[in-house]
Amino acid sequence: MAILLQWPQEVSELILEDILAFVEVLKTHDRSEWEHVASYNSVTLISKSKFDFEQEKTLLLEGYSKRKKQQNKTERHCWELPVCYDSEFALDLPMVCEKAGLSEEEVIQLHTSEDYLVYGMGFLPGFLYLGGLPTSLEIPRLENPRLEVSPGAVGLAGKQTGIYPQNSPGGWNIIGNCPIPLFNAKLEPPCFVKVGDKIRFHAITKAEHKLRKIESEVGIYNLSKTVIDA
Amino acid sequence: MLKVLKPGFYSTIQDLGRFGYRSMGVPVSGGMDALAVRKANLLLENQPNDAVMEITMTGPTLLFETPTYICLTGAEMAATLNNEPIKNHNVVQVKAGDILSYGKLESGFRSYLAVKGGFLTEEVLGSRSQYFPVTSVKKLSEGNEVSYFETKRYDALISDPKLENHFGTNFLEVEKGPEFMILGDAQLAELFAQEFTVSEKNNRMAYQISEKIVGHEHNIITSGTLPGTVQLTPGGKLLILMKDGQTTGGYPRILQLTEASICTLAQKRAGDTVQFKLV
Repeated sequence: MAILLQWPQEVSELILEDILAFVEVLKTHDRSEWEHVASYNSVTLISKSKFDFEQEKTLLLEGYSKRKKQQNKTERHCWELPVCYDSEFALDLPMVCEKAGLSEEEVIQLHTSEDYLVYGMGFLPGFLYLGGLPTSLEIPRLENPRLEVSPGAVGLAGKQTGIYPQNSPGGWNIIGNCPIPLFNAKLEPPCFVKVGDKIRFHAITKAEHKLRKIESEVGIYNLSKTVIDA
Repeated sequence: MLKVLKPGFYSTIQDLGRFGYRSMGVPVSGGMDALAVRKANLLLENQPNDAVMEITMTGPTLLFETPTYICLTGAEMAATLNNEPIKNHNVVQVKAGDILSYGKLESGFRSYLAVKGGFLTEEVLGSRSQYFPVTSVKKLSEGNEVSYFETKRYDALISDPKLENHFGTNFLEVEKGPEFMILGDAQLAELFAQEFTVSEKNNRMAYQISEKIVGHEHNIITSGTLPGTVQLTPGGKLLILMKDGQTTGGYPRILQLTEASICTLAQKRAGDTVQFKLV
């Protein structure tokens, strides 16, 4: 059983922050039975067992009224992720350049110039819905999706950019590859990024991509992060 | 321990699911027909969440190397132990060296095999349900070994229970989904007046419906989805998310199947018909 709570139908950092502050309050209640899936302008509350809706509604409204006074805030981070934009990985970069009327250097410069906000996670374990793509990089998704996209592939589609966490079919324009896995079931938590965090990409060479991949496989890669001041 | 001599079409180990990681995009997984899973565990006096084998369409051939007691529930697949037929819902003693095999699919689509104490495959993020790449294994293959505790002597709670299968109906009970209000009169008439056919595209992630209904132009901002969520694509295609389904989605969620109806649908195969009934 589940409860869906929705905010106004728009993509906005303020709305997401309001939702996250509310979820923080809910986590202070004894809610081990519940999962909270926050995504853009909504949060889905899922319970393993049956509940009384009216009683929950009262608790949720009380919780919502306390969200601004909440003291124990989970720190939000901006993660810096390396991306190799070499032609070995960037299968669609020439086409993206043509459609956007930009050079490869300009596309890479634009793609690495923003802090992208994580509005949600879904589709696959560790898949991040990132917002804040420069408008000049808005490219429609591929007409014929690929049957298989490699893990770590970095793509563009419409207003979105993102990283494929694992092998999967996909229709995004692939412009690079990130050697750091976003999901590892052997770790707790299995994904270091949370909804509300930010992602910044920086360009690396093929040799560095290889090195970072090895480092992350043996567990010695140092993720670079900064705290976001809310 | 048992050894998989033949894996069948699609056999996996499942418990009741992996909870607590949906906020990171991890599907809940677990037995598609949770009622059949619960029944099998109850009849063996196991814990409700003990792991069972979910067997889809064609059954495996399994060699038991350790004595135990088993119970089959869900789809009927003409199962035999050392070539002797065994019935669903009966607790059956298994000795070392016994071979369990399956024949023709007679009813339903997914059969469940429980052993006393449950299967002991790797537990990842609080569950043994196999979902790749959360678990290292996607499904059982030939030569795989699956362990369980030895049970030499056990007296079954009920000797020959007369239990009906719960999936004889083709009605799917649904509640209104969050975007139910986008549906116009034409779509409502289509949804609740006609029978729909389960498409070839059906698996643990989602069931597609063969017939299309009138489409729409409503976009929603990506938001949470659940097993049993019925999505309507702009082109009028109906997609019903199942246990390995994605945790968020961008298509309008027009209906939501009840828990019991997810179990019913899990027992339907391509070509079977279903009908939505609002509760």
